[in-house]
Amino acid sequence: MIEFLQHLGKETHTSFTKLGRGTYFLLQTLNGIVSVVTRPRLLINQLYSVGVLSFLIITISGLFVGMVLGLQGYYILSDFGADETLGVMVAASLVRELGPVVSALLFAGRAGSALTAEIGLMKATEQLSGMEMMAVDPIKRIISPRFLAGIISMPLLAALFSAVGIIGGQIIGSGLLGVDEGAYWSQMQAKIDFQDDIINGIIKSLVFGFVASWIALFEGYDAIPTSEGVSRATTRTVVNSAFSILGLDFILTALMFGDN
Amino acid sequence: MQHTNTQDTLVGLFVASGIVGLFFLAMQVSNLSSFTENESYTITARFENSGGLKVKSLVSAAGVKIGKVSAISFDPKTYESVVQLNIESKYNTLPDDTTASVFTAGLLGEQYVNLEPGGSSDYLKNGGKIEITQSAIILEKALGQFLFKSAEEKK
Repeated sequence: MIEFLQHLGKETHTSFTKLGRGTYFLLQTLNGIVSVVTRPRLLINQLYSVGVLSFLIITISGLFVGMVLGLQGYYILSDFGADETLGVMVAASLVRELGPVVSALLFAGRAGSALTAEIGLMKATEQLSGMEMMAVDPIKRIISPRFLAGIISMPLLAALFSAVGIIGGQIIGSGLLGVDEGAYWSQMQAKIDFQDDIINGIIKSLVFGFVASWIALFEGYDAIPTSEGVSRATTRTVVNSAFSILGLDFILTALMFGDN
Repeated sequence: MQHTNTQDTLVGLFVASGIVGLFFLAMQVSNLSSFTENESYTITARFENSGGLKVKSLVSAAGVKIGKVSAISFDPKTYESVVQLNIESKYNTLPDDTTASVFTAGLLGEQYVNLEPGGSSDYLKNGGKIEITQSAIILEKALGQFLFKSAEEKK
């Protein structure tokens, strides 16, 4: 019993300490963003590895998710004779939920894990301490550009995901199943609100980009500098990012779409 | 150096395609393209019951959208529903004896305000009131009346 309590106390203590380190790390990173502006080259390089390399997985997944929504939506809606509203269903579910959430999960899996592994390895091979020895701040030089790149890429990727998905739904809906193309687009335009749906979706993806990049970078920076430590940190990045993204999504949805 | 150039191009393409995606969402998917903050004027209509009417519901005349509902409130003195209608300024020739009724688009569709122009030569102005209104048809009420009536007939 005593042992259990001791264990519980220790776990609580470690997790709060870690949260504290994470917050301190975040503040340092935010502070370092100022210096990224003076060195845009670093940001471009990271936009390439975080954004461009995630481009393919995001667009292809978006296309398939949109196609599945088109199929499933058609089967359900045609029962009620409402297959004309397929466009609304596909667009609303993509723009409000699936676009930001699924692209953030893919982002955490594709870019987040890579960031953690990269920084964890830099730490394990003592590159970070090497930089400190040369009076180069690793936070400013390594972390902040990656963080900013993550925040910039995420809304762009989510928008691409939704756009490609809506086109995928249209290909299936009106190309294969015979929903009227005009109705698909016009019903969608009548029901999807720019302020309520599109802007809120972008806000969501900004939040997810922020959280996913923060977790990935912190886990890498905080990893135990051994090969096992790095591998554990990478796993934690994916798991924690997924939890945070889905949990935050619930909160954001409740805040944003509460009144209708 | 060649390598960085390709990288720059790819990053440029990525950002551009992301912006194209956003633009597509804004213009093709949402109502931004039809959402032009036109000049409009407000008129009020009092309904005995405005049913499922909501803010942003459509206001139409002869089946054409001419404005939208901007506010709905309950008048605690007359027990009526006060509905404010925002009508686009270019449609400023509605006679002051226009009738407003709450209709439903389709059997289960959304409710909207239909304006039926009268024959007066005076026009409704900003802040004007629609005197003749017809309430929403409440399905339960109509069904209740029907059942009541058919029970009466059986006797």
